[in-house]
Amino acid sequence: MSTLIKQDILVELSANAGTGFEQVREAGKTAFQAQGFPTNKSEEYKFTAITKKIEQNIQNLAPAGAFDVTAEQVKANVFEGYAGDVLVFANGHFLPSLSSTIEGVEVAALSDKADTALGSIAKPEKDPFCALNQSSFEGGIFISVPKKAQVQKPILLLNFFKADTGQVIQPRVWIEAGDFAEVTFINHSVNLSDASYFVNKVVEVKGGVNTQIRYYKLQNDGKNAIEVSNLETDILKDGRFSSVTISLSGEMVRNNLSLNILGSNSEGNMYGLYLLNGKTHVDNHTNVDHTVAHAESNELYKGILADSSRGVFNGKIFVRQDAQKTNAFQQNNNILLSEDAVVNTKPQLEIWADDVKCSHGCTTGQLDEEALFYLQARGIAKDQAKGLLLYAFAGEVLDHITDESFREYCTELVQTRLGSKF
Amino acid sequence: MLSIKNLHASIEGTPILRGINLEINAGEVHAIMGPNGSGKSTLASVLAGREEYEVTDGEVTFKGKDLLDLSPEDRAREGVFLAFQYPVEIPGVSSTNFLRTAVNQVREYRGEDPLDAVKFLTLMKEKMKLVEMDQKLLSRALNEGFSGGEKKRNEIFQMAMLAPTLSILDETDSGLDIDALRIVSNGVNQLKSKDNATIVVTHYQRLLDYIIPDFVHVLYKGQIVKSGTKELALELEEKGYDWIKDEVDSKATV
Repeated sequence: MSTLIKQDILVELSANAGTGFEQVREAGKTAFQAQGFPTNKSEEYKFTAITKKIEQNIQNLAPAGAFDVTAEQVKANVFEGYAGDVLVFANGHFLPSLSSTIEGVEVAALSDKADTALGSIAKPEKDPFCALNQSSFEGGIFISVPKKAQVQKPILLLNFFKADTGQVIQPRVWIEAGDFAEVTFINHSVNLSDASYFVNKVVEVKGGVNTQIRYYKLQNDGKNAIEVSNLETDILKDGRFSSVTISLSGEMVRNNLSLNILGSNSEGNMYGLYLLNGKTHVDNHTNVDHTVAHAESNELYKGILADSSRGVFNGKIFVRQDAQKTNAFQQNNNILLSEDAVVNTKPQLEIWADDVKCSHGCTTGQLDEEALFYLQARGIAKDQAKGLLLYAFAGEVLDHITDESFREYCTELVQTRLGSKF
Repeated sequence: MLSIKNLHASIEGTPILRGINLEINAGEVHAIMGPNGSGKSTLASVLAGREEYEVTDGEVTFKGKDLLDLSPEDRAREGVFLAFQYPVEIPGVSSTNFLRTAVNQVREYRGEDPLDAVKFLTLMKEKMKLVEMDQKLLSRALNEGFSGGEKKRNEIFQMAMLAPTLSILDETDSGLDIDALRIVSNGVNQLKSKDNATIVVTHYQRLLDYIIPDFVHVLYKGQIVKSGTKELALELEEKGYDWIKDEVDSKATV
């Protein structure tokens, strides 16, 4: 048994939890105690020894708590040209004074919305970290987009993290959208310390009939940060949910993304890009559950790995017996830039219906030497030629970001990382 | 302009070029012919700086500089251009961005100011006419989904954009129909001047009806075994390569 589990960590972590959600927290606690931290025998965490990493870096799990953020810090971290609204968080605690008032959208601290059905979408029994968060999340936000609302401008969820080594930050997000609503979220985290802390985040998104929800996430964690993130959504009839996850740094990052397709004629899209170097370890676990007929899911994850970084991709597509006429596509492509970089990629298709179109494919290779020589032979310096080719590879994912200023910001970050601009 | 002396090169330990000697002056067109596997494309690749080939002996000077000492990009910047036998498809890289990056890096190396967007477009439009290039192709990713003929035309278009002093056309005629061949050759001929030189690597004489060579060299077993004028190419067309092979092989056995 892990030493962490011996401690009474749940009591410890609940110190800043405040009142409300007693039953929800209790259910989280029970679910966590039943599962415990994943061990190296746990299939879902086979390639990502997250428990060991937490134990190594974090001796005493203690909540980090809220802190002050200045308006200058907010300004400095909103990307150039961004015209949308901003909601600001400090270690998961909502800071209304620094946040925009969004016309037609209800935004509240979770503590003021004690009847929110937390855990009804991201069920605590499915993942221990989801359970842990549910037992002891801090702060949290409630966002409700009313029926038919067309939120034109994106909503930036700007998370500031500041913690000491060994501390834990557990943000919680609840998003709900009424029928026919349309909204775009950009989740961006800013690390104010380089300590080795642990972020354990859960986001639940409750779609309605014919909703269009986009959720973009940029992970540019502190180089020593350990993060586990669970994002789960219910997609109803005629609904569409699209996510883009970009991971650029961190010590160890695990993203669980789960799409529950509950209504016909709906669509779920999952795109991801991970550019890793040093010893960064990023694990993307995605899960799409087709429960009804006539729905579609598309998935494209791409990775570029340098140094001794490690990437894990696990894409599960579950097509239930009733989900006839499902179209489900999955693709994972990787480029390894060093002999020490490793990728573990695992498509997992479980298909119980007999009239479906499903495909998956994964590739892992090196940079195309012939293409590199072609560019050099036209006078382009080798490093820049490499950058051009790598950016061409990565760009396919960035193209799925609809908000222009955010796409440009990401493009710039990615191009800088790849060592050249065009 | 280009001086090749006793050039030996091998790939993965297998010698391919076994002592090439060749002098090329400004204003000249040299055709290099030879049977399959004689080392024609290897010679083109070694001159352009392809890394798989190891030069084991000999020297190559280009405009007084040791060419073999330069990186592939610096060779291009010095004015060497290789039209690829198999141009590479590069998804995600726009033809226009690629060319602008290439042109400006070459200009920078030559101490010239980079072209702004307007000047670049003007130049591009002018050069596109040379090879009857469709503008639509240039809005696509580099060579992606291009037909064989379009790829070869794109090579000559790039050559026009980069204005090299030494152009090496590696089997540019292979796989082209007569119309495409005429267009490509026409482009090459218009780019010819007294200040630049061209090496045409080909298996067939047909191309040389359109691009008239000053000299024809026959490469066999990694050496130039015969040199002559354009009449030599016609003779090869008529008689094939066997008589040359026999001539060389019988000498070797004596």
